[in-house]
Amino acid sequence: MTSAGGSRRLPVIATMLLALMLMILPVPEWAATFRPDWVVLVFVYWAMMLPRTWSVGWAWLIGLALDIAQGAILGQHAMALSLVVFMTVRFHLLMRVFPISQLTATVFALLALYQFLLFWVNGIAGVAAPAASYWGPVITGTVLWPVVSVFLSPLRARLQLGR
Amino acid sequence: MVTSQADNSNPARIPALGARVLALMAISIVLMILDHRQGHLEKVRNVLGVALYPLQVAVDAPFRLWDWLGEGMTTRNELQLEVSRLHAERLLTNARLQRFTALEAENARLRDLLDARSRVRDEIRVAEIMAVDANPYRHNIVIDIGESDGVYDGQAIVAANGVVGQVIQTGFTTSQAILISDPGHALPVEVNRNGLRTIAKGTGEFDRLDLPFLPNNADIQPGDLLVTSGLGGAFPSGYPVAVVGTVNRIPQEPFADVTAVPSSALDQVREVMLIWSAEKAPGEAAPATPDVPND
Repeated sequence: MTSAGGSRRLPVIATMLLALMLMILPVPEWAATFRPDWVVLVFVYWAMMLPRTWSVGWAWLIGLALDIAQGAILGQHAMALSLVVFMTVRFHLLMRVFPISQLTATVFALLALYQFLLFWVNGIAGVAAPAASYWGPVITGTVLWPVVSVFLSPLRARLQLGR
Repeated sequence: MVTSQADNSNPARIPALGARVLALMAISIVLMILDHRQGHLEKVRNVLGVALYPLQVAVDAPFRLWDWLGEGMTTRNELQLEVSRLHAERLLTNARLQRFTALEAENARLRDLLDARSRVRDEIRVAEIMAVDANPYRHNIVIDIGESDGVYDGQAIVAANGVVGQVIQTGFTTSQAILISDPGHALPVEVNRNGLRTIAKGTGEFDRLDLPFLPNNADIQPGDLLVTSGLGGAFPSGYPVAVVGTVNRIPQEPFADVTAVPSSALDQVREVMLIWSAEKAPGEAAPATPDVPND
């Protein structure tokens, strides 16, 4: 399934690149601390739906790209994202049957875990930032989760039917 | 719900998932230690940075297009206003420059008399800040020239009104720079009026620097101009940094509480200048301006 696998991966990779671009899109200073973790949202969606293809290895690579793009400590986002995706893959069957409210709560927990890991590494490395600013992305990300999943579900349906 | 055979026909367990994530975490931690403690990973960063360059360009392009369109759409009236404003400004600058040339000659003469090594003029090259947001927890910017243009780590960056920051990571075609307002940045400065030396620390706010190490009886007052002292080695001396805003002398504390306002609007500049200071042999990587040092 080499060529078929490739053509099925491309659309997903495109959504991830889009998420990466949204992460470096310039926004006004006041909005920067509320920028949702697009990459986490998109990757959690794919890890939940296609856990055999989009698992921790890819998460680590995308996280590394995020590290480079943001000039963060190399490995910081890679570690956080791969752990969050691990949780998602581990519980993907459960998450698929959750009603939307429960699923959104789960995403909230995943985003909080992600931000906590970033906060932790930043603390050890001595990057000072007010602790409250780490909550912004968690809240906006949770609010945007239903939107992201609505946008991605037609694409997933096409990928799965058009095998 | 549509279920795909390839993806979830088997039971929920994905083989060796736990082992894989543990291995990846271990690699991440090693990477972080190598990167943070030793800074060994510059090359890795550069190579991976090249792969991300198209992404940065793609994000930046619409903003450039908008600027370009804006330039094309300006009315004749606005252009005339702009031209007359620039004319006036040029006249003023030229007048100042005349005095500067005379002063420079005098300075060289005096240094000759003192038998001191005369100061070499710095080389300068203009760079543009890319419309790319970097880490939200730091005050970083991305500029559009990199190692291939001779940019080096620690290089000083100034704007028209004063010091902006310094390069922290050189990529091949872009570089990351830290602003002087980053809470992790400190800059050796001196008071232009009397040569009092101190350190200006970033606060995380674009319009405030802290001067934490001034004793209560230090001779400093609001309105004093702070310039780079050149002592840290990274910045050439004599570039304006900030103007002292408030001076709070608290008798029972050892140090006065002094803040300053950066001279350049750090969150608004689009174009910056990189300085090749005289000691870094300019020929080594050939920056663009053939500005021959007068030594």
